Amino acid sequence: MIEIRGLSKHFGPLVAVRDVSFSVRRGEVLGFLGPNGAGKSTTMKMITGFQAPTAGRIRVGGHDVAEEPVAVKSRIGYLPEGAPAYPDMSCRGFLRFVAEIRGFHGRERERRVAEAVAKVHLEGVLHQPIETLSKGYKRRVGLAQALLHDPDVLIMDEPTDGLDPNQKHEVRSLIKSMGKDKAIVLSTHILEEVEAVCTRAIIINRGSIVFDGTPEAMAARAPKEIERNRLDWVFRSLTTSDVEA
Amino acid sequence: MRHFTSILKRELAGYFATPLAYVFIIFFLLLAGLFTFQLGGFYERGQADMAPFFAWHPWLYLFLIPAVSMRLWAEERKTGTIELLVTLPITLPQAVLGKFVAAWIFTGIALALTFPGWLTVNYLGDPDNGAILAGYCGSFLMAGGFLAIGASVSALTKNQVIAFIVSVVACFFLLLLGFPPVVEIYSGYLPGFLVELVASFSFQSHFEAISQGVIELQDLLYFVTLIALFLFANGLILDHKKAA
Repeated sequence: MIEIRGLSKHFGPLVAVRDVSFSVRRGEVLGFLGPNGAGKSTTMKMITGFQAPTAGRIRVGGHDVAEEPVAVKSRIGYLPEGAPAYPDMSCRGFLRFVAEIRGFHGRERERRVAEAVAKVHLEGVLHQPIETLSKGYKRRVGLAQALLHDPDVLIMDEPTDGLDPNQKHEVRSLIKSMGKDKAIVLSTHILEEVEAVCTRAIIINRGSIVFDGTPEAMAARAPKEIERNRLDWVFRSLTTSDVEA
Repeated sequence: MRHFTSILKRELAGYFATPLAYVFIIFFLLLAGLFTFQLGGFYERGQADMAPFFAWHPWLYLFLIPAVSMRLWAEERKTGTIELLVTLPITLPQAVLGKFVAAWIFTGIALALTFPGWLTVNYLGDPDNGAILAGYCGSFLMAGGFLAIGASVSALTKNQVIAFIVSVVACFFLLLLGFPPVVEIYSGYLPGFLVELVASFSFQSHFEAISQGVIELQDLLYFVTLIALFLFANGLILDHKKAA
């Protein structure tokens, strides 16, 4: 569903993403890992067409992001970093707006909104302005907005950030259940999350991919004497050892 | 088209979701009245027309329109919703036009609410209502010109205060180019045809003709071109930010 070839992004002299290539198939849940500033969000912003790459090509569902941006955007559900939403709109008003833009009108629009609301449990705050919602609810509004059109591709930048443990659990089960028939990319700092929901992990450090494989393969890289938090160990060894290099 | 109307509706509803819209409209009406009656000498002139009303519109818009346009893109950038908007399956022109037209309709509503002035003139005398209608059209077009400039400026920054100040300065510059005392200054240095060219870039000269009830193609073209040009620039700025 997602094919990325030779992707680079420069911000002036700063290289945020350096010649990154990978693909994501339907049925895969890809965990995107890396320290802050490694290039995770930038890569996601380029897949969703918010930022233009300096070099490289991105295809989503067979469409090139640079050539057919609208075709690509209509196939993607995107939860941007921080789950932005129009603060003065009500939760329902906001979801209706997104549904309309996604091409649903009348009864179909109401059905889509109701479905998304039920999936992330927003029933209690439908009429509240988004600016009055707690961080967890805001995140769920962002999720509802991304799921609304049942997209083939889901891109989520830290979907569980700011959620309490119960909500985290719910969102993880939701992602897992959707993972079977979608291509999902999510970024996270929580490594247990990778074990819990992801079928594959990519670690990106200073703009380059330093690991690409299953969570099991990632854990297997840790030496035998490490018994707990093996993923943490691998993550640290991959993202801190090459500082001098 | 449907995308355009969805954005337009959301934007327009956004104006009235906060008290800001009402404050703006009240302020606009107060200032319009003050200019017409105090500075314009509406009664003292003893003429049943709205010339003193329209004459001050360029100066009224100079501060009020940037107050509307400053938030158009700067606020989206500040709250991060621009990332959401841009990654929805819409084209850039749909977003730019939807936002612009919503802001334009909003200022149109404020302008339309000055209708008691028109009623008063008709009560007091027998004015040329065609000329008044032309004045309203001209004023609305000029508001569009100010808005398009402000929208472009707003796309440059995420700070609404900066957007406001830069828009005021840019519009002020365009106004001054045609302001008679200023024209006098530069007409001493420039050859005649250049003076006319420079002055023709200004709102002032084009609006003056329309507000007196003379609708000429060149004045209409001026405002339409101005709006198109700055909306195009607005799109370019957004596109450039994507690559930067």
